[in-house]
Amino acid sequence: MKTHVLRPLILAIVLVSCHLLFRHFYVPDDFGVNGKNFTFGFYRAGSIDDWKAIPVKYKGKELCAECHEEQYESNMASKHSIIQCENCHGPAMDHAETEEPLTIDKSRGLCLRCHAALPYPGSQRSELPAIDPEEHNVGMECAECHNPHKPSLEDM
Amino acid sequence: MTEQLVVHGLEWTEKLHFVYPNEFIYWSIQIVMYPYMTGLVAGAFVLSSLYHVFGQKDLKDIAKFSLVFSLALLPVAMMPLQFHLQQPIRGIHVMMTPHFTSAIAAFGIVFSTYAIIVLTEIWFVYRQYFVEQTLALKGVKGAGFRRLIYNILTLGAYDLSEEAIAADKKGVKIFAAIGIPVACFLHGYAGFIFGSVKANALWMSPLMPVIFIMSAVVSGIALCMLTYIIIMEGKKLAASLKKGKSDESVKVIAGVEMDVIKKTSRYLIGFLIAAITLELLDMIFRGYTQMKSWDILREVMWEEDFTKIFIMQYGLGNLLPFLLLMIGKPGIKRTGIALALILFGVFMMRWNVVIGGQAFSLSFHGFMHYHMPIIPHNLETYKEGLFGALTVGATPFILFYIINKFVPSLKTSN
Amino acid sequence: MSVSRRDLLKKTLVGSAAAALPLDAFKFLSPEQAKAALAESPHRWGFLVDTTKCVGCGFCVKACKKENDVPYDEPITRTWVERYVITNDGEALVDSPHGGRDGFTEKKVMEHDVDPESIAKAFFVPKLCNQCKSPACVQVCPVGATYQTPDGVVLIDRSWCIGCGYCVMACPYGVRFFHPVHKVAEKCTFCYHRISKGLKTACVDNCSFGARQLCDLKDHNDPYTKVIMTQRVAVLKDEYGTKPQVFYIGLDKEVR
Repeated sequence: MKTHVLRPLILAIVLVSCHLLFRHFYVPDDFGVNGKNFTFGFYRAGSIDDWKAIPVKYKGKELCAECHEEQYESNMASKHSIIQCENCHGPAMDHAETEEPLTIDKSRGLCLRCHAALPYPGSQRSELPAIDPEEHNVGMECAECHNPHKPSLEDM
Repeated sequence: MTEQLVVHGLEWTEKLHFVYPNEFIYWSIQIVMYPYMTGLVAGAFVLSSLYHVFGQKDLKDIAKFSLVFSLALLPVAMMPLQFHLQQPIRGIHVMMTPHFTSAIAAFGIVFSTYAIIVLTEIWFVYRQYFVEQTLALKGVKGAGFRRLIYNILTLGAYDLSEEAIAADKKGVKIFAAIGIPVACFLHGYAGFIFGSVKANALWMSPLMPVIFIMSAVVSGIALCMLTYIIIMEGKKLAASLKKGKSDESVKVIAGVEMDVIKKTSRYLIGFLIAAITLELLDMIFRGYTQMKSWDILREVMWEEDFTKIFIMQYGLGNLLPFLLLMIGKPGIKRTGIALALILFGVFMMRWNVVIGGQAFSLSFHGFMHYHMPIIPHNLETYKEGLFGALTVGATPFILFYIINKFVPSLKTSN
Repeated sequence: MSVSRRDLLKKTLVGSAAAALPLDAFKFLSPEQAKAALAESPHRWGFLVDTTKCVGCGFCVKACKKENDVPYDEPITRTWVERYVITNDGEALVDSPHGGRDGFTEKKVMEHDVDPESIAKAFFVPKLCNQCKSPACVQVCPVGATYQTPDGVVLIDRSWCIGCGYCVMACPYGVRFFHPVHKVAEKCTFCYHRISKGLKTACVDNCSFGARQLCDLKDHNDPYTKVIMTQRVAVLKDEYGTKPQVFYIGLDKEVR
């Protein structure tokens, strides 16, 4: 048997070894089967912490109530109590610490999201108080007449 | 300069009726090129193995050529993927942490195994030549670099005894034999990548890998034949310019060329019939069983993509070349046209699978149309546009030119 | 001196290679890791969507895009709201302009005028990642860049994803896309940074009508888990065998 035929094999083994050595240093140590099995749980464990570390932007109504008690009270007494402050005021982010003013969306379009009349039988949408945007005080901002915190005109 | 936000797919996707917001043609021209190029690799290798393993003597001349050509095509099977990746540098992760439940994860392993097999086979075929060149170039002025290359290529095995040459020949046979299943696997699993996507109504079919292998062999053989014709025609032209049209050498070249082409086209037609039969079976089955997705598939086939599927793929790409090859006695010119059409037909098949599979929304309510970027205006439209595809398409020929300088594969035997 | 140093280098290289090879070759199948993986989480996050309560205001989409830094004006989104208008002759008109980010304020559906008299039924359906029990997207990731956390949420490792798009193709629900900034696959994470701190997701918190609810499917006292357990709920496209964990009330056959 001529041994020269083994030379490509030796070359291949050397190449594979180089690859495995490189891989050893390249792949993070926490990479492996960290979940329930290889199919669904093969990953870098640190990735979960990366996701957990993302800061929360929408802080919720209760945080707003801590400083803006008056507005909170009046809003909670109205039909708009179900709406989050941040839907119109934008995400609080670190507003509580920095008191950086938030950009309020007072646009007509924002109100129309719920109050533009859509004739949809069987949908909750048709049960909301609604107007036809093409007829109801065209060109005006809703907030000129309605207080967004307590929108019913009788309450004003 | 602020970085421009690019939504992948937005540039070339046109939506019709209701399509989910996140749906775009995510897999575009490069993913059409990918199975096309791997198909050519696999096909070229299978053609060469027909001679080395099964002793089909009529294929002897084209066998060496197609083996070396499959080496030139090899890196090109990987190129479209690199072009397509959103994070091309991280492409090596496939080799670093392969997740074997994914069809793509096998790519690294299968591809490298296949590369090793092809390289080894070529080494066994050409070792004698490498040694001879190393010896012949010894002391020749200006050939130092060339000699160095040959010297490295011998891997230090200079033994040219009869026994050693016999061992080489045995090696060729063994690797050609191992190579066939690996080549089929390399391409069959490219079919598996698509066939196993259960979310896609057009792709999901157990026939997909087999269809891909068959059409791969067809396109591989066709490309080898076409390249062979072009090279031989070039030689013929050179000979006739040098020695006159009626010279004996011109006739010899023409005779050899015709002989090789005639013999190879028999294999081509066989694989072509197998490929078309399977494709039609798949389509008929979908039509007959009428699963939930059939309504939208039918609309894609008969209305949205009718020209691409029935006229360009089946008509121009399959039926016409089939007739050209079967009727009468096809000459070199007619065979050449038929081969080009077959290559086009297989390309259209890949297109209709990859792009066609994304032509309808997963909601079954709407359609998506793909407009391939022609003139690139940023990296993305180059990579996933006409010029990216042309780059991939041209590379094997450039590589072959370089490789052939060191590993001559076009010398004909007497 | 120089010889011994070279020797030392050689030995170190060979030694570390030998040490690295056998362990590393099968690293991903190590039984210790597999065993450790079986440590169960006390939670299994699920979701309940009551389509009968949704009015199509789209505040959920707006909140999601801002909370999760999904470029606001690009046509990609982690969650979206679809509108279905079914006419008397059974035709279904569907749309979701900007994924419903600005709500539904127009009567026209996809530029089509719809005669109010011809509407048999109409409703809104919020969509988000189903956080499937057998996620097809995870199965097909070639590099282990997307995975299921022990508490059942499917996440993407932005530092490891190669951007091949196979997961995008494999998801039957079309929830995945490429993030235009990070250039990797992106999808709804059930606001993992929020739920892991005991908060609800941004879309749930900003829904005024209670159409979206997060729940812990392992906690049988969770009010919404109770709804899923005791009432008739459906999931989207169960024929794909992905076992979605987002449950719907009031689905229709036109919803796909």
